[in-house]
Amino acid sequence: MIAESVLARPDVAAALETLPGAISAGAESHGEVTLAVSPDHLVALADFFKSQQGFERLSAVTCVDWYPREPRFEVVYQLHSLRFNRRLRLKVTLGGASPEVESLVGVWRGANWYEREVFDLFGVTFLHHPNLRRILMPEGWQGHPLRKDFPVHGYKYSYQEG
Amino acid sequence: MEETLIASPETGSTRKMTLNMGPQHPSTHGVLRIVLELDGETILTAAPDIGYLHTGIEKEFEVKLYAQGTPLTDRVDYLANLSNNLCYALTVERLLGLEIPARANYTRVMMAELTRLNSHLVWLGTHALDIGAMSMFFYCMREREDILRIFEMFSGQRMMTSYIRIGGLALDHPRGGLDAVKKFVDSFPSKVDEYESLLDQNPIWKNRTQGVGYIALDDMLDLGVTGPMIRAAGVAWDIRKSEPYSGYDQFDFDIPTRQEGDVYARYQVRMDEMRQSTRIIQQTLAGMPEGPFKADAPKVMLPEREKMKTQMEALIYHFKIVTEGFAVPKGEAYVAVESPRGELAYYIVSDGGPKPYRVHMRTPSFGNLQALPAMIEGALIADSIAGLGSMDFVLGDVDR
Repeated sequence: MIAESVLARPDVAAALETLPGAISAGAESHGEVTLAVSPDHLVALADFFKSQQGFERLSAVTCVDWYPREPRFEVVYQLHSLRFNRRLRLKVTLGGASPEVESLVGVWRGANWYEREVFDLFGVTFLHHPNLRRILMPEGWQGHPLRKDFPVHGYKYSYQEG
Repeated sequence: MEETLIASPETGSTRKMTLNMGPQHPSTHGVLRIVLELDGETILTAAPDIGYLHTGIEKEFEVKLYAQGTPLTDRVDYLANLSNNLCYALTVERLLGLEIPARANYTRVMMAELTRLNSHLVWLGTHALDIGAMSMFFYCMREREDILRIFEMFSGQRMMTSYIRIGGLALDHPRGGLDAVKKFVDSFPSKVDEYESLLDQNPIWKNRTQGVGYIALDDMLDLGVTGPMIRAAGVAWDIRKSEPYSGYDQFDFDIPTRQEGDVYARYQVRMDEMRQSTRIIQQTLAGMPEGPFKADAPKVMLPEREKMKTQMEALIYHFKIVTEGFAVPKGEAYVAVESPRGELAYYIVSDGGPKPYRVHMRTPSFGNLQALPAMIEGALIADSIAGLGSMDFVLGDVDR
């Protein structure tokens, strides 16, 4: 279900034409456009937005955990076009059992650290990421602290040396 | 920093050396560790290792009421705390649909620009100190002290101000507050001249900064670099102009740019930005409107003390806001502001409750630091220090 106001955007209309089936939903709230993208088409769509629609920047990648709802994870990509002064948000929904999605490092190199952060704090795996290691938490850390089932005060023995 | 070059006896050549720069090295401006692989003085690879200051602020937001989140935002980027206050407030206000009165907006702009001066002064002082110009540090700290006194006058705090709150400001201006700001900005441009007279034509400064720390513009955009760094490579992109917030479109100012994209160009851009910020502050002072400093939203804003003593409703609202907080409509918002370091944005997801469901801080330092290997690989160690300083990152902002 794609809202009328979203369809009116030229970049979204072009994407629907070029990659039918990639965008499953689109909504606008507070003047911000969000597109729900199927994980299989993410890289192609991101590449299209970057190369054809002038989204030269990936502002951020983050994740929202809707535990205990399934599918549980929403990976959120904030795109920005300097040329057209436009923003766009892409969302990919992933199940809790083995959350994994293709990495966007091949499209924007800046995705590297953001994806590592999501991997570190949420445990989402980015396939074909060049260096998928923890970035903020120590190497020996157990668990993913920004998941909703991880207690705010942590566990007593989350960190193991080495 | 220990440096040992060992010649291998067979070939007589030197071998590559791995060197840990940081996490306690003064030039890394905080606790940043960079693992360098060196061939003599040349850096072959650089791998930044971050997370030493990770405090889990994003997790903490999720268990605090919206209003209790403001003090957390101070502690992210401790040199640009008011920019963070402002960005958080703007994001929550977008979700709430609050209308902010003009006096609050003018004051917000004034404080955000003072914060930019504060941050740029610390940057200039420490950056020049790294390169060997020690007296700059003392001059910059002298002026910064005036700004911190102004912050203290307005908010009661020098650094952790929490002055910009959801819906407006924490307090109205103090007596003599605007006079203090006026006195400061009247004299400040001459101080910038003074700094420039020490550095602009200084041959040592120019040798250490010109042609150093260059990154191609396409690489910077690809890697997520924002702020003065890309403006020094010729892109006139400033969120205050492209997506004006808090009434920035009412003020007259320019976006300084340079073409060279080196350390010296970044220095020039930030010096010009200080002048532009002074211009904006002068305009806020000249046009400062009278009127309320908080939005008219009794369910969100704490009532005035006087009203609580006479009106039952005010007392009830006060009790409810303090104990239960206020519900924010379901939805999500991503609001970006131009912090002294670049694009600072908060992405807040609300599930309709009184606490944020998820807060993500898109901090400029995190994005900028990612470009570090691209900048210093292939350069000399000494140049990496100049390059690091020109990035102007704050480790609290990187690690959150």
